[in-house]
Amino acid sequence: MSLSDAHRTVEAVWRIESPRLVAGLARLMRDVGVAEELAQDALVAAMEKWPESGVPDNPGAWLMSVAKRRAIDQIRRNEVLARKLGEIGRNLAADGEGVMPDFDATLEDHIEDDLLRLVFVACHPVLSTDGRVALTLRLLGGLTTDEIARAYLVPESTIAQRIVRAKKTLAKAGVPFEVPVGNERVARLSSVLEVIYLVFNEGYAATAGDSWLRPTLCEEALRLGRVLAGLIPDEPEVHGLVALMEIQASRLRARTGPDGAPVLLLDQDRGRWDHMLIRRGLAALERAEALDAERGPYTLQAAIAACHGRARTAEETDWMRIAALYAGLAQVAPSPVVELNRAVALSMAFGPAAGLELVDELTAVPALKEYHLLPSVRGDLLVKLGRLREAGAEFERAAALTRNERERELLTARAVAARADT
Amino acid sequence: MRVMVIMKYDGQTENAAVPTPEYMEAMRSFNEELVKAGVLLAGEGLHPSEKGARVRFEAGGTSVIDGPFTEAKELVAGFWLWQVGSLEEGIEWLKRCPMPDDSPAEIEIRQVFETGDFGEEYTPEQREKDEELRAQVEGR
Repeated sequence: MSLSDAHRTVEAVWRIESPRLVAGLARLMRDVGVAEELAQDALVAAMEKWPESGVPDNPGAWLMSVAKRRAIDQIRRNEVLARKLGEIGRNLAADGEGVMPDFDATLEDHIEDDLLRLVFVACHPVLSTDGRVALTLRLLGGLTTDEIARAYLVPESTIAQRIVRAKKTLAKAGVPFEVPVGNERVARLSSVLEVIYLVFNEGYAATAGDSWLRPTLCEEALRLGRVLAGLIPDEPEVHGLVALMEIQASRLRARTGPDGAPVLLLDQDRGRWDHMLIRRGLAALERAEALDAERGPYTLQAAIAACHGRARTAEETDWMRIAALYAGLAQVAPSPVVELNRAVALSMAFGPAAGLELVDELTAVPALKEYHLLPSVRGDLLVKLGRLREAGAEFERAAALTRNERERELLTARAVAARADT
Repeated sequence: MRVMVIMKYDGQTENAAVPTPEYMEAMRSFNEELVKAGVLLAGEGLHPSEKGARVRFEAGGTSVIDGPFTEAKELVAGFWLWQVGSLEEGIEWLKRCPMPDDSPAEIEIRQVFETGDFGEEYTPEQREKDEELRAQVEGR
């Protein structure tokens, strides 16, 4: 095996094994940062050994045993240090584990609990959003800092710094390696879901730059969502989020034309939708709805996405149902953006005038002042009502506000078209 | 990226031994691992070819050939669709696939063609643009 082949194999094994490795080590060491460093050490050892010796039959166990040896060394060093400081009796006795943690009370037994703990710690609210995202992709996605940097179009050093800072923050705050319970669990779970959906959306519609899609991040988010659904199958909103992402991802290849320009939902060639992902999404939605009839925000959004996914043609879309689901969403997660979407659904169900009425109310909302979709939607409704001059002005405003190059081109073209027709 | 993992029989083994409960259990647990890792998207096993047919296309039209296909060297027995980060990752998963016995066997893994959407199928133009943008950001 050549050196580069061996390295690719090590990286592949790493991606499969590292979340479990880090999770198991974090429980032993009670520090996610230390666990990650030990796991890294094991990776380096594999990079050195495997090109000569070949990949072991059970590479995960090999990595774990190397990491455990290093962990034991480290604990011994710390003990020596503690003894020197004269604190050994007090500290270790109080800790109830005078010598060594029981490494061989097999990690496998607890690995799923450990993974779940790792999820909650990586998405801890004490961390900045950027920190949560970077740490989650690193520790749970098994991505390298370079891969994360590529996905986010930032220098590698930026991601490395975010991860270092996040690990320090966790250590400093003394965040325990635990799955939260009660009310805290509700809030913490919502942080976890938010991080996953942020990653997905970053990939789904890059807000800056001229690339409409950043597919790796969508894939990662979906994978994290599916893993989480396996870890906590009784949480309806986890299935709701997975359903939402599966159905949205089903449209990825229909969202851009051959020239790379965006294609809007209703204009998409539904034959190009990924029907396997739609089926997966609908199944996840069913699981969410079976667990809780009172649908949460992700489940409601998934139900809306499912209305589109089920419609074989754009004309078949059940807009009344979509409008009703948006009304439900506006109750559990009120936001002007939801209202804007509700306005679109109303216009499709009851005509452009009905939608415009709500949109006009929203023009006064400060939060939407810089939001390009407001003038974009308003322009669209004005076109349908034949008020083309006003529509052209709205599309121009929208074009000036969007940060996506492709979208800007589309909006500018619509402005020109509206003006040409007046 | 997505890969398709294709299990094959040859004409000889297609109707051979019924899988042992141990093998079935190992396969179930392997599938479970794949699901838990967010890797398994879909997968099906196929009945022997005696329950299938082939449609042959020729200048004069079509004709149907009923199974079994005894002449065949390789008959598809089932498939998986996996979501993985790289072909290498797919291969590492595949190495963990349980086998019914020690007789030599091959399982094929192929990359699914995805036009301009996921992963490696990202078009060269898009990639180039992202690389440019990244260089700009780094140069700041």
